Amino acid sequence: MSTFDNPFDPDRNLRAGCVCGQHQSAAEHEQATALRCDPVESEEKRYEGVVASAVMRAMFPQDVARRAFLKSVGASTALAALSQFFPLKTATEVFAQGGAPEKKDLKVGFIPITCATPIIMAAPMGFYAKHGLNVEVVKTAGWAVIRDKTINKEYDAAHMLAPMPIAISLGLGANAIPFAVPAIENINGQGIVLAAKHKDKRDPKDWKGMKFAIPFDYSMHNYLLRYYLAEHGLDPDTDVQLRSVPPPEMVANLRADNIDGFLAPDNICQRAIYDGVGFMHLLSKEIWDGHPCCSFAASKEFITTAPNSFAALTRAIVDATAYASKAENRKQIAEAIAPANYINAPVTVLEQVLTGTYADGLGGVKTDAKRVDFDPFPWQSFAVWMLTQMKRWGQIKGDVDYKAVAEQVYLATDTKKLMTEMGLSPPATAYKSFAVMGKTFDPAKPEDYVASFKIRKAS
Amino acid sequence: MTTTSLRLRAGLVSIVLLAAFLGIWHLATRSTASVATMSPEYAKLMGLTATQGKSAMPGPLDVGAKLWEHLKRPFYDNGPNDKGLGIQLAYSIARVGTGYLLAVLVAIPLGFLIGMSPLLSKALDPFIQVLKPISPLAWMPLALYTIKDSSISAIFVIFICSIWPMLLNTVFGVASVRKEWINVARTLEVGTVRRAFTVILPAAAPTILTGMRISIGIAWLVIVAAEMLVGGTGIGYFVWNEWNNLSITNVIIAILLIGIVGMLLDQILARFTRMVTFPE
Repeated sequence: MSTFDNPFDPDRNLRAGCVCGQHQSAAEHEQATALRCDPVESEEKRYEGVVASAVMRAMFPQDVARRAFLKSVGASTALAALSQFFPLKTATEVFAQGGAPEKKDLKVGFIPITCATPIIMAAPMGFYAKHGLNVEVVKTAGWAVIRDKTINKEYDAAHMLAPMPIAISLGLGANAIPFAVPAIENINGQGIVLAAKHKDKRDPKDWKGMKFAIPFDYSMHNYLLRYYLAEHGLDPDTDVQLRSVPPPEMVANLRADNIDGFLAPDNICQRAIYDGVGFMHLLSKEIWDGHPCCSFAASKEFITTAPNSFAALTRAIVDATAYASKAENRKQIAEAIAPANYINAPVTVLEQVLTGTYADGLGGVKTDAKRVDFDPFPWQSFAVWMLTQMKRWGQIKGDVDYKAVAEQVYLATDTKKLMTEMGLSPPATAYKSFAVMGKTFDPAKPEDYVASFKIRKAS
Repeated sequence: MTTTSLRLRAGLVSIVLLAAFLGIWHLATRSTASVATMSPEYAKLMGLTATQGKSAMPGPLDVGAKLWEHLKRPFYDNGPNDKGLGIQLAYSIARVGTGYLLAVLVAIPLGFLIGMSPLLSKALDPFIQVLKPISPLAWMPLALYTIKDSSISAIFVIFICSIWPMLLNTVFGVASVRKEWINVARTLEVGTVRRAFTVILPAAAPTILTGMRISIGIAWLVIVAAEMLVGGTGIGYFVWNEWNNLSITNVIIAILLIGIVGMLLDQILARFTRMVTFPE
């Protein structure tokens, strides 16, 4: 049972139960495994519940006594009685704010793609302000620049591709600087787009010799495209050409016939269709449903020097992510993030990405509500998977302590605590198994997983 | 043939060329592509290029309309990532100005020293020759890495790119002051400092200013590229941001403005050069 249920429910067990608190027991929780973190009622209600539970627990340390009390007087009377001598409202407000942020004016960098939706929308829609922060979201030219500016402390935190903080922490393509990920931005939300002239080449086996663009070497896009190609018998290092191209230039390159296709973050995919230069071959969701895409990252240094600011920032992001995860809010979000100050793209394009009803570039209209989705929980098994792919494609040489790296960079424990405080329901563990193109990944056996692939770079 | 009539005729030719250029541009970008038939539901989700066969390249009329829109409100500020063209240009000019002035402060005194001393001139020559041909943008990663601040890095890149033409021209100007003049000054027992300011400086001024004029041109070329790289503010960032949105119209407008500002900067220095030129 969690801290978010009604604390005045006599049948409630305030101590044991499942981690998320929505279920009677851990077993039941496992069954219903709510991987989503739908916000419970309103923010205030959630906090009120958390505080009231704490007070009840303090007053009646023994469950039996509390139950007897609640049974005899009833929940509403108990609430009234409690409120009389304990300022529940004030306590709730104090609790909701957390410690005062050390630094209120923060700069957060982002790349103008829909993956950054929670980071961007939190500014115009007031999520940062709600958590007592004054955040300036700054558009940045590319992944290498966002990395350098975050390392240089021009940005306090930033939007990064999910594998980037791992790569930076390991010192791949940069000096090793410990970075951490408190929240995943989006899951799904990428696609393979091919040039319109390849309409009839839908079988990847025919793609030998083609040129594909990916946004960055340390990206889920790179790993997913390589995975997809390899599963179809193509060696991504020898049979095709993979080029690192900044997302905005992908559409222009596709139009100019410099590349045959790309695996890109959305709105870029939809933009290519919108401009009539390509069609959607496959959503990345079809390769791995629920894969992480981009992350919200900060340096360990920022986290230790300004822990309260960092916590408030994470809260704002988690809050925005929860809001974005609801389908009914998506249209409003598309309008909020479309102007030149943010993503700078036609609203129609963003709406198609976020609502999941889109033109596929072949004359059809498709619907997939989960084309892009938002779920902040930084599964450490995601990090382990990315490490296996870095190993598989020779980005990491030698041995890797998968678990240690994953736990250092993906802050599942802290996020879980924060989400619990906010009244959201984080999952019980930080590792989950998932399937990529039907092949199950067991986070406990990463070495075996790497070895199980026929196509990989020999190390 | 008088000069006025020549000027008049040149102006006429310019106008004819411009009109021809705009006309060809207009004709080339008319929508001609055939349009595939599509359901209205599908068409609603697609852009104009796909639905109406509109050319992806904007015509002169589109650019004109958009330019008018920008000129009407050049100083708007919609937050950190969306500012009016006037503000963006001001940022770029301020960056160029700072980097350029710093370069002037270093290059001219240094050039004077080197030019007056044949020993230093010979000793420093290899360094200058190696550093001079380096593309200023090649310094960018190094600057970002060591300075750890993108706006100072941009200024540094301007500094490093504008220093060489000025330095070399100053050295050359100072070294090639006519020996007779210096000898006359010597005979009159003019001190070194006074000689530098009253004889050498005026004599070398035209060459120095030519170097400064070359430098400002390079600095303006480089700032656009540098801002595209580091982002944030400035006309280079504007180009990048609109490129992001594949808005070729805005990119063309920016190109036009970059050209005009560059020309103005060059003209200002050309005027200074004329002021210090002397007949021999």
